[in-house]
Amino acid sequence: MSECVFRTENVTKVYQTGDVKVFALAGVDLELFAGEMTVLLGPSGSGKSTLLNILGGLDHATEGRVWFRDQELTDMPDRGLTKYRRDHVGFVFQFYNLVPSLTARENVQLVTDVSPNPMPAEEALALVDLADRMDHFPSEMSGGEQQRVAIARAIAKRPEILLCDEPTGALDSATGVQVLEVLADINERFGTTTVIITHNAEIQRMAHRVIQFQDGKISSVSTNEERLAPAEIVW
Amino acid sequence: MQALDRKLLRDFQRLWRQALAIALVLACGVAILLMALGTYKSLSDTRETYYERNRFADVFSAVKRAPEHLIAELAAIDGVWAVETRTAGSAILDVPGSNVSVTGQILSLPINGLPRLNVPIITTGRLPDPVSTDEVMVNANFAIANNLQIGDFFFANLNGQKRQLTITGTAQSPEFIYTIGPGALMPDNATFGILWMPKPAADAAFDMTGAFNDVALKLTPRAQEASVIDAVDQLLDPYGSLGAFGRDLQISDAFIDSEIKQQRNMASILPPIFFGISAFLVSMVMGRIIMLERSQIGLLKAVGYSNVEICLHYLMLAGLIAVVGIGIGWVAGTWLARYMATEYGQYFDFPFLIFSTSLWVYAASAIAALLATMLGATQTAIRAARLAPAIAMQPPAPPQFKRSLIDRAMAAMRLSQPTIMILRSLIRWPLRSGLTMLGIALAVATIVSPAFFPPSLEKIIDSAFYETNRQDGMLVLSHDMPQVVLETVAALPAILQTEGQQFHAVILRNGHREKRTSIQASHPATDLSRVMNNDGHQVAVPPGGIVLTDRLAAHLGVGLGDTIDAKFLGGRQETHPLIVTNTIAQYFGIGAYMDLDYVNGLLRQSPRISLINVSLDDAEVLDLHARLKDIPNLASIVMMTDTRRSFSETVEENIGMINSIYITIALLITIGVTYNGARIQLSERSRELASLRILGFTRSEVSYILIGETMLLAVLAQPLGWFIGTLIAANMFNSFSSDLYNLPLVIEPAVYAKASFFVLLASFASVMVVRRSLDKQNLVSIMKARE
Repeated sequence: MSECVFRTENVTKVYQTGDVKVFALAGVDLELFAGEMTVLLGPSGSGKSTLLNILGGLDHATEGRVWFRDQELTDMPDRGLTKYRRDHVGFVFQFYNLVPSLTARENVQLVTDVSPNPMPAEEALALVDLADRMDHFPSEMSGGEQQRVAIARAIAKRPEILLCDEPTGALDSATGVQVLEVLADINERFGTTTVIITHNAEIQRMAHRVIQFQDGKISSVSTNEERLAPAEIVW
Repeated sequence: MQALDRKLLRDFQRLWRQALAIALVLACGVAILLMALGTYKSLSDTRETYYERNRFADVFSAVKRAPEHLIAELAAIDGVWAVETRTAGSAILDVPGSNVSVTGQILSLPINGLPRLNVPIITTGRLPDPVSTDEVMVNANFAIANNLQIGDFFFANLNGQKRQLTITGTAQSPEFIYTIGPGALMPDNATFGILWMPKPAADAAFDMTGAFNDVALKLTPRAQEASVIDAVDQLLDPYGSLGAFGRDLQISDAFIDSEIKQQRNMASILPPIFFGISAFLVSMVMGRIIMLERSQIGLLKAVGYSNVEICLHYLMLAGLIAVVGIGIGWVAGTWLARYMATEYGQYFDFPFLIFSTSLWVYAASAIAALLATMLGATQTAIRAARLAPAIAMQPPAPPQFKRSLIDRAMAAMRLSQPTIMILRSLIRWPLRSGLTMLGIALAVATIVSPAFFPPSLEKIIDSAFYETNRQDGMLVLSHDMPQVVLETVAALPAILQTEGQQFHAVILRNGHREKRTSIQASHPATDLSRVMNNDGHQVAVPPGGIVLTDRLAAHLGVGLGDTIDAKFLGGRQETHPLIVTNTIAQYFGIGAYMDLDYVNGLLRQSPRISLINVSLDDAEVLDLHARLKDIPNLASIVMMTDTRRSFSETVEENIGMINSIYITIALLITIGVTYNGARIQLSERSRELASLRILGFTRSEVSYILIGETMLLAVLAQPLGWFIGTLIAANMFNSFSSDLYNLPLVIEPAVYAKASFFVLLASFASVMVVRRSLDKQNLVSIMKARE
């Protein structure tokens, strides 16, 4: 079996709104392995994004413990988490989160400027098939193109982990498939551990493993014996 | 260039209007600081250097006639470094080409060349020949104003003799940086000049051979000025001393000193206001930018930018605004400082001007501006850096509104929804609304506070030069003369009415309290120069006592019926007890008034006068001037009509300039505050306003919300602005009040109306510019965009 990249032990996350306590995560035990593509499925509010944020070092768990390889993230101070994100993690978000005042190339450079061993921004954009759109601003690009820029930005640092939160959520199905193809390609080519959050049950069929969430807990874990290529997925 | 820096530059480019609006306010602060500090430094350095190079004296005294052997005794006073004595006098000049009478102040020059103290700088030509009786050196400005060259001549009526004097050179002197003639309100180089004449010639003219009537002393660095003054008075008293005084009472220095102090006050009062407003604007705009860029901040954190990098990124945005403000401020400030320097050139006669808007002044203004913007930006930048990345990526929670009493009141008033939206927004962010109001109020105050000066000055001028002194001219006699001289004067052309007055230099004492001043003695029925109260009523000066201005009475600690001692200087130095018969309120001066016959009796002298007030027939004034040039025993002539006119003109000209500067500043503040306020509102509300449009509201109904909030704040700010402006004015007036005068605070309602008009107009114009962007908004794209 491949090396374990992430391990969580009874991770809980509680949000306090006024007098009400909301359990976003209610005791999650999980292992993710190197090179694996995992899809996290579940309804809104089931805790997928919260878990992703904790794995990505964007948020702390209220209780429980989290490891990245042999490094414990649980109580890592802000400075340590910043370095962890800078060195190891790539993010892709549903709404792309591009900086509108920077071109595609510059958005990628935002990451390459601070990463220890990045690939050139141009190479990253070529990988997502945007070599000819590099000097366009986000406002001049379609949603699919913007998301591909976001992916290029995420992979430009050669991350070990790619965390994608609803990467196709804002896209139509044809464009969504293009984005999934890029993600699958990166996963194959670089062996990047990829976690994809989605509402879309069809997408699970391209993953190695599928983890179902319900009410802040893992309700089931399944392994795909046969994976579909993104092009074969229809929704 | 790093991608983050590029983002910075593009953000700045996108925000340029808002940035410029703030930068202009900041620039006002920088420019005024630069101008005031630059002028302050320039004036004080120039004065100090000039005084040092030309050995300007520390203590001065006039005396009736003191023998020269006293020089050694004066020099022996503890703390005296050098003594310079001379003969000083005044004469009426007849300058060819000038049809008015000119007054000349004559100062003797030592035989061996230049004096040791108050050394004049020879600008052209040479010193007069020490043995000549008809050569003089004149102050350069007098020569220029009268178009006199070296070798030209004019006539002087010296002690009853008309003499031709030839100009050998021109000079400047540290004693006469501000060259103001007797009785004049401002310098007039055409009608008042300084004449340096060799000592023997001056002595002969004023009967001072073997004596002197003017002394200047330079003190050692550790000398006690007060004790030197006492010692000088003691020595000169038997010879008719008029009392020694320090630089603070030397006319020229007192004027420069008050100007220097004014600049220092300006540097410490105005710029902080501008910097404060800028800090608030920066904080407001940065706060909004950070709200809008929440997800970008989250992203930057997600990809590994540290808190410090993010904090710096936003601080640099504020820094860029500061850089623009500093740049504009430097250019404007340098221009203003130059303008001030040329203005001073008109009033102050410096041989050189150390225009030291030195690097440290530039640096200090830049640091102050940078600190102000950083002060405004730091808190928001830190807030940005502290945003938890996972939360930053979420859209912000809608602001919390709670129902309050005010809501019930609004419901009861059946206000429209848009009006309720405006009011709720004001109440929801009370600090922001309050600060915006304060900013606009300060703009109003900027126009209101200086606007009190013209009517106040007018009031003073009216009181002093139309109610109290109604004469057209004053003829100052070279020494007291019998009252019959009035008849001679009455026979001169143009003279309609004559009235005599006596002036006496005195020291008034009450126990240990004393004050040096002069007593004006007149007949009870005088009409041309009256004793008036502040409320415009003539005050009777009964024989048998003295009437004091309340300022003087307060200084001496006396009231009605108390007795003071008056030492009459310049004669037999007699001291007489006098009963205070009345105290009166006057805007300026520390005057004391007595009945003329009572003074004559007290001093056991025949009826005599030292000054003649005249009223004139305008048609014959030039004839009078022609005759006055030949009349002996006249020391100087003050044409009050000219004085009034030139003073009013200068005041009007300066006030016009000052008013336009303050209005510009107020407009910049208003634009800075309201444009940014409306812009931020628009960005916060664009979704809300677009929704209203989609629901069927018209453009103007939607703009009402945007314009309404800003204009409501602007209107609410007006009374506050009037109040702050009046408060500032009252404080300034208090700080201007001195021993010599207090300014009446004359409030004209039109001032408030004018200030409000400009500020409301600028507010409206700013918000209309923002409204244009509201009109251009694409409803669909706004609704689709993620918060």
